Amino acid sequence: MSDAFLPSADSTYRTPDAQGFFGPYGGSFVPETVVPALRELEQAWKEAQTDELFIDEFEGLLADYVGRPTPLWEAKRLAEAVGLGRVLLKREDLTHTGAHKINNTLGQCLLARRMGKGRVIAETGAGQHGVATATAAALLGLECAVFMGTEDIRRQALNVYKMKLLGAEVVPVDDGTGTLADAVSAALRHWVERVRDTFYVIGSALGPHPYPTLVRAFQSVIGSETIAQLENRSIGKVDAVVACVGGGSNAIGTFYPFLTSLSAEERPMLVGAEAAGEGIETARHGASLAKGSPGVMHGFYSYLLQDEGGNPMEAYSISAGLDYPGIGPEHSHLHDAGLVRYMPVTDAEALEAFALLSHTEGIIPAIESSHALALLPRLAKELGPEATVVVTVSGRGDKDMDIVREAGLAR
Amino acid sequence: MSAAPRGLARAFSAGHPALVVYLMAGYPDREGSLAALTAAAEAGADLIELGVPYTDAIADGPVIRRAGEAARDAAGGTFGLAETLDLAAEFIERSGESAPPVAVMTYTNPVMRMGWAEAARRMADAGVSGAILPDLPPDSPAAQEWTAAAREAGVDTVYLVAPTSTEDRLRTVAEASRGFVYCVSTTGVTGERESLPTEVPELVERTRAALAAAGSPDLPIAVGFGVSTPEQAAEIARVADGVVVGSACVKRQDDPSQLAGFVGKVADSVTSVTGNGVSA
Ligand SMILES: Cc1ncc(COP(=O)(O)O)c(C=O)c1O
Repeated sequence: MSDAFLPSADSTYRTPDAQGFFGPYGGSFVPETVVPALRELEQAWKEAQTDELFIDEFEGLLADYVGRPTPLWEAKRLAEAVGLGRVLLKREDLTHTGAHKINNTLGQCLLARRMGKGRVIAETGAGQHGVATATAAALLGLECAVFMGTEDIRRQALNVYKMKLLGAEVVPVDDGTGTLADAVSAALRHWVERVRDTFYVIGSALGPHPYPTLVRAFQSVIGSETIAQLENRSIGKVDAVVACVGGGSNAIGTFYPFLTSLSAEERPMLVGAEAAGEGIETARHGASLAKGSPGVMHGFYSYLLQDEGGNPMEAYSISAGLDYPGIGPEHSHLHDAGLVRYMPVTDAEALEAFALLSHTEGIIPAIESSHALALLPRLAKELGPEATVVVTVSGRGDKDMDIVREAGLAR
Repeated sequence: MSAAPRGLARAFSAGHPALVVYLMAGYPDREGSLAALTAAAEAGADLIELGVPYTDAIADGPVIRRAGEAARDAAGGTFGLAETLDLAAEFIERSGESAPPVAVMTYTNPVMRMGWAEAARRMADAGVSGAILPDLPPDSPAAQEWTAAAREAGVDTVYLVAPTSTEDRLRTVAEASRGFVYCVSTTGVTGERESLPTEVPELVERTRAALAAAGSPDLPIAVGFGVSTPEQAAEIARVADGVVVGSACVKRQDDPSQLAGFVGKVADSVTSVTGNGVSA
């Protein structure tokens, strides 16, 4: 999968530029204190990409520790229920720790160790990235602290306990709404303080350059495997590939190999599901592309929910992992360039999809992933009953039992 | 035949190290912050760094973040760059000739949102002499757009160096800065600290060398972040051309007389320092 690190030679989709811009989006808007650390990271990453030992170790961990490749499961009963010809599920929920986040945290923790940093920090929303970071840190013998909003600590108590069990310190963040965006800010401030001995493991395809590119590289294994699995099964024509978008790491990991290895004519429609919360016509949603405008937050320029004065606004979603007022910069670029379609999905639609997958396939998806699954009926209407659609199931739903129980999902 | 220095440089021409006082616009409310500005100016602030309330202040510690939040709350949720410039204009006009120069400290997004040129023009119209954007590295494309707009409007942009800055970074900041260079004393966010890192004098020296190499040997250097007592301020004043006192002032901002007392003490302490050789 080393080809996932670099786009193929004949690719026309080439991003970002040398300063980390995807079209106008991305870049690096950070205090001077961490600028040198970002340069160092960029350099270390450049070297690691061409270091066989590094790549072998990463791929070895993905295979033997994470359990890759993850299956591409043909969900026949689901396809019938939503009115599509074929539905194929990329099963990131079957990875060790139960979400795609582990692909990225192992990559970044290996880089941290390579750079001689003995301590890592992370932010977390749903707790999945926190657990994945704590896991990678435990495995590689790194000290770990995870910043988490107090509201998310309440919503995701199980994951908090897991992180502690894995040896990580969980730092409660009581600012703002006590959710993901506040946790990112707190982690950034802490990183400014401890930049000399601490590596910041960012959990999605966002943050200052080079993080979005780094995360994309580590997550591209999702899309590369999918393409290979489709080829192996001689599934020639796929009509759409769908993933949910919080910051956008499982989505870019899924889409990027399709963008670089297939021409526009061969490429399926790529679709990202944004959190619409209680509806994009209300004030309670997390749909930065549908309702936001470009601005700077957390060190990068991208679509953002912001007020007139340029203050980032609160996002809302039933899923802690999509409850974020921004979006990774590459998605803003893909959106403007028309290369990926982004569609808002409400809490209610996601819950319905959560239940549907559970009882048609015996697979309990994460509430985040359910946002992607919720687009299937819509796509069936648009593409017709013969169409083939791939969905990335970014994680499993164990962590969401309290939320769906509250919603009264079981029949 | 040298005319009186314009812009932020005026603050460094008094023959003693300059005291830069950071205050949060709109805190505890608009009237209260106006009173605080006046009190600080009268008590001996040579330069005012006026903070713009912002919800995602990634370079600020709890005191300044909470003051920003309180300012927004007091104004019913909206107190940002526009309101800060309006406040600055009123303060500058009221104080007349005696007003110390004002630099606005704002995160990048509110400026982008207003538009680079529009923001620079409105700063100039308000009588603001400079701008500090702590999350805008000077070599980024956005900084180049901002710098051009600010120069066109006659607004000095102060960029920051940090203890982690490499020599080439110091050089980049030295070349881009106008008014003064802001030396961040420590790795970390704003906020009071018990003691200052011992590496401050070395950072100031390295910055001076970078300024000399960049052809601006006379650009003043002010040190900030963590300075909280008159003693610490004096310690900084012995090596730098200016001292920025932030959280320690903001903490007293809701009581103008207490603020004036504190600023007065710090000013005495700073101005009594002589012989750092550069400010004259
Ligand atoms: C299972 C799962 N899917 C998706 C996400 C959203 O993140 P991203 O958009 O980076 O994939 C999260 C975040 O916590 C998650 O836990």
